[in-house]
Amino acid sequence: MLLVVEQFLNGLQFGLLLFLLAAGLTLVFGIMDLVNLAHGSLYMMGAYFAATFAAWTGSFLAGALMALGATLVLGIVLEVTALRHLYGRDHLDHVLATFGLILFFNEAVRLIWGPAGLALPLPAWLTVPVPILPGIHYPAYRLAIIAVALLVALLLYLGVMRTRIGMLIRAGASNREMIGALGINIKLLYTLVFGLGAALAGLAGLMQAPILTVQIGMGENILILAFVIIVIGGIGSIRGAFLAAIFVGMIDTLGRAFLPNLLRQVLSGAAASTAAPALSSMLIYLLMAIVLVVRPEGLFPANRR
Amino acid sequence: MKGLSVSKAVTALMLAGLVLLPLYSQLSGNIFILTLFTRIIILALAAASLNLIMGFGGMMSFGHAAYLGIGGYAVGMLAQEGIGSGFIQFPVALAASAIYALVIGALSLRTRGVYFIMITLAFAQMAYYVASGLARYGGDDGLTIYNRSDFSGLVNLGNRVQFYYLCLACLFGVIFLIWRIVNSRFGLVVQGLRSNEQRMQAIGFPAKRYQLVCFVISGTMCGLAGALLANNTDFVSPAVMYWTRSGDLMVMVILGGMGTLFGPIMGAVVFLLLEEFLSQITEYWALIMGPLLLLIVLFGRGGIMGVLGRAGRG
Repeated sequence: MLLVVEQFLNGLQFGLLLFLLAAGLTLVFGIMDLVNLAHGSLYMMGAYFAATFAAWTGSFLAGALMALGATLVLGIVLEVTALRHLYGRDHLDHVLATFGLILFFNEAVRLIWGPAGLALPLPAWLTVPVPILPGIHYPAYRLAIIAVALLVALLLYLGVMRTRIGMLIRAGASNREMIGALGINIKLLYTLVFGLGAALAGLAGLMQAPILTVQIGMGENILILAFVIIVIGGIGSIRGAFLAAIFVGMIDTLGRAFLPNLLRQVLSGAAASTAAPALSSMLIYLLMAIVLVVRPEGLFPANRR
Repeated sequence: MKGLSVSKAVTALMLAGLVLLPLYSQLSGNIFILTLFTRIIILALAAASLNLIMGFGGMMSFGHAAYLGIGGYAVGMLAQEGIGSGFIQFPVALAASAIYALVIGALSLRTRGVYFIMITLAFAQMAYYVASGLARYGGDDGLTIYNRSDFSGLVNLGNRVQFYYLCLACLFGVIFLIWRIVNSRFGLVVQGLRSNEQRMQAIGFPAKRYQLVCFVISGTMCGLAGALLANNTDFVSPAVMYWTRSGDLMVMVILGGMGTLFGPIMGAVVFLLLEEFLSQITEYWALIMGPLLLLIVLFGRGGIMGVLGRAGRG
């Protein structure tokens, strides 16, 4: 029981983190029609910035806030110098150019911070276990991740659906020429959206940093998960990304936790312990395959003409 | 016409260089260059196979490195189990790649555009994780191949020069095959689908079936490259299938010139020599390579073949 609740919360936490990453990816794709492989690099940079600033200021929160600002700025710089020139190009061009950016970021990080990973220690008040149900404790930090991510998801929803900027973003997604003709500075809007996506990726990276090590290439595996999520959820749809992210986070976490035991009941011990790791890492891809067979456009395709 | 002749001349020069390379290596005693170019030729073969679906078929596969791994693991696993004959290993490698391509292709081809890119990427990543989980065959650490494929006296893979020429022959064979495919009725249909799928379907061609067959042919060719690559390194590990390797293959194709017959070879030669050259200058070669890719995408339309064509015309 304890294990079930704990793994369930772990799945939720991982899913919400994936959502932060996938939301930026799907926003940038839905609005600028840009495939950004370097999104994972922004996630990595968020973690590196947070570790550096936290060590520098001595405060986790201050470090996290500064890192958030730094990834926002980095995203804006990246958009203005490089990615802006890729709008309207073929998707293949996006893939290649941003692939080049990944190489660049990984190498730059190695040059600046060295090949060894960094650690981002948590302040004491975030490491205490919190009782959530009678007799069941859960780490405060993971609860904080869940709370922050839910809050950001809510703000994102309100921001996109209820504010003027959000209205412009939605308008830009459905017809960029028209909104430009109406006198809206579409270039500035795109830069802002990209910066927002970068900040979301940075937030995911810096929140994940204390749980895993901060290392080169940390953004790549999780980026592929984010791709799976936006493919399942329907590209360009934030709601789809949210539901798919929770779904993928749950399946991945619960699969890794419980599949070995389940298999052991069916197969012999040796066969189960060989098959289980491979099978549990395959689970989400199998899920994606099933979704594609049933709904090739994803579960919640954004309305596009 | 003059434009054609410039790119043709450069291509001919490059091919002649590849054929004569072992001679140079023997005369100068530079063995390293032979090893380097064996690798280049094998990856050129993989790039050529990717070009068949990407350049001619318009299917942007971002998971082509999976076949390198599948071909390689077929050789490695059979060798591990005591089956050393190349006459068994290579057909198994090709068949395994073909079956994987058939399953992945059937699922991925339900989608198009950027979905297709991401799905092929995700499936290749799945193959990567499965290989990492194969505890019996080394898991994450990979699998050492103690004996190269044995072709019972026909060709000795342990001999550098013979192995080089085997790889070159495979490359030329695959290029010839692609040339025949592209100019066949089948190839024309596939290229027609790249230009306008709806129209081709309206004429009455079963689009997905044609694309799937093309996808499987390409995967099988890349499986051959995988089997050769495993023999070249005497080792196969999940890293062969890592997604950056798929990215490398895409870069080679685009660098050389997508949808041209010899572009991928050119791309592989230039890309891998550049990588080798930059890594000798600085440990941080990717710091230069990354922005270079960005510049190539922004300014180098049509790759090297495209630039050569324009240079000849202008």
